[in-house]
Amino acid sequence: MIEARQLTKIFRDKKRGEIRAVDNVSLRCQPGQIFGLLGGNGAGKTTCLRLLATLLQPTSGAATVAGYEVLTQPEKVRANIGFLSAGTALYGRLTARELVEYFGRLHGLPDVVLRPRLESLFAALDMNEFRDGRCDKLSTGVKQKVSIARTLIHDPAVMIFDEPTRGLDVLAARAVMAFIRECRGRGKTVIFSTHVMSEMEKLCDTIAILHRGRILAEGSLEQLRERFACRDLEDIFVRIVEETP
Amino acid sequence: MSRRAIAIVYRKELLDLLRDRRTIVSMIVVPVIVMPLLMTGLVLASLKLGGKMRQEIPAVMVLGGEDSPETMAALRALNAFSFVPPSRDFTNLISDKNINAAVGIPTNFDAAVRAGESASVTIYTYEGDFKSTLAAQSLDQFFQSMRERIVAGRLAERHLPEKLLAPFEVRKANVVPPKRVSGNLIGMILPYVVIMMCMTGAIYPSIDLTAGEKERGTMETLLCSPVARTHLVLGKGLVVLTVSLATACLSLFSNGAAVMLLKRLAGNATGGNPLPLTIDPASLLAVLVMMLPLAIFFSGAMLAVGLYSRSPKEANSYLQPMLICAVVPAAVAALPGVELNYPLALVPVLNVSLAGREIMSGLFHWNCIAVVFGSMCLYAAATVALAVALFKREDVLFRT
Repeated sequence: MIEARQLTKIFRDKKRGEIRAVDNVSLRCQPGQIFGLLGGNGAGKTTCLRLLATLLQPTSGAATVAGYEVLTQPEKVRANIGFLSAGTALYGRLTARELVEYFGRLHGLPDVVLRPRLESLFAALDMNEFRDGRCDKLSTGVKQKVSIARTLIHDPAVMIFDEPTRGLDVLAARAVMAFIRECRGRGKTVIFSTHVMSEMEKLCDTIAILHRGRILAEGSLEQLRERFACRDLEDIFVRIVEETP
Repeated sequence: MSRRAIAIVYRKELLDLLRDRRTIVSMIVVPVIVMPLLMTGLVLASLKLGGKMRQEIPAVMVLGGEDSPETMAALRALNAFSFVPPSRDFTNLISDKNINAAVGIPTNFDAAVRAGESASVTIYTYEGDFKSTLAAQSLDQFFQSMRERIVAGRLAERHLPEKLLAPFEVRKANVVPPKRVSGNLIGMILPYVVIMMCMTGAIYPSIDLTAGEKERGTMETLLCSPVARTHLVLGKGLVVLTVSLATACLSLFSNGAAVMLLKRLAGNATGGNPLPLTIDPASLLAVLVMMLPLAIFFSGAMLAVGLYSRSPKEANSYLQPMLICAVVPAAVAALPGVELNYPLALVPVLNVSLAGREIMSGLFHWNCIAVVFGSMCLYAAATVALAVALFKREDVLFRT
């Protein structure tokens, strides 16, 4: 489970002064559900997810991920999450197998656990053909599969996806979406950010609309449609954002 | 988990680096092949060119001397010079390298010498020009031997012994064993080479493992792992240290082999007198031990700079001036009169360079050496601590 309580992140910039990238965000994401963060560029989605993944420390507020506090138990949090974003690149000079093995070892998996898990992951993702190819020689779609294998090798309870389809073609993006659904199917807690409305509509059980670091509206797609008396998520999003001072 | 995590990061980073052509070039190709080849080629070329120039007959102009047939005849009989007709423009001819030297013989030189009067011969040269210097040396030798012959003749005429002009001899005797003489010579260069190679070897990996990771987007991937950031940076630091030391050791080995080859070749060229170059393995080992904290110091400092930088380009712009800052103290140690003392033992880089020079020449001032080693260990710990601290700062890791 993921639970954020008044999570705030302030960046201090010499030119722009204080920037509240995440402002009092509270959310709760249950196992077997996909929680979506919908927002435009600079809304604070990446910062929010980086806070939950302990890559950044909150200025104030708190969050619990998989039962561990992000402030006091960051290593335990990271041991229980799989973090995938458009920014999480691969080591180009390693082969797909070496890369996934490396992250398995970093997660403390002994060889007896690591080897069979790697075999089953590569088989499930249909990657055996590319396992000994260097990552920098792989196609974008296969690279994404390697990234997925990397996030799953330690079988985390929580999955964090930050715009995972950015830059992918339709087929690769569909494969990632299918993978996210599969994570939900396996009972994992999934939090997912995007600015693509259709992805939100297709995937998320709960949608939170984030703007200037704050959650302006939250609920299931049906609840949002009902509340704003509008069918189209894009129209709902624009209305909420435009109404915000 | 900590040691295991450091070992996992170390193994992966080393494998990753060794698969990069740029690491192989900076760690193996440059120190093991390019530098010794350049050094050997340069020395061999200069030996060959020097020998060739010595065989060439210099073009010399004689100014005056028409009334001194004996001197002129003796000069021509040498067959060591190609004589050019006299000209008033001789200074320009020398400056433009049309002739190598000129010699001014005063009026009635032979008669003055016969009469026992004082006379002055002037040799005109292009100072700093190798061919002109060789020509001037030959002319100088000719007139010196002529003077000695005249002096010996005058003494014989007066039935005086030749020893009259040399009541005693002055001899120089080296009391230091050849190993220490050689160590003193090598000690001027070797620590400098090792320091430079330690630093040069650390530059590329320190950038690649930090700013390079940021640029490629793999830093965020790595930070998602549950390994403590201290262990991540220590694993990376150990890789930088390994490459730095490997570069220095490979460079020492290959340059040492090149020096031994040159020693033999130069010995043949100088008529079988080998250059006094022998390396004491124990001293060499001691120098390498002294270099260890220095290599850690460089690795930590460069890792910190790489971490702070947004991109490899920015890191490079910081590290190049850093390289120059290290060259100066390393080179200062080779200056005459700069000796290891307690204040200098606290100056990073210079202290190791000076200690290395003393150790190579067989001097072991243990107190000073202990201060050098201790202070360098402290500096090394400080740079590693700085790198660890920077790796924990999100404004540094996500600096854009």
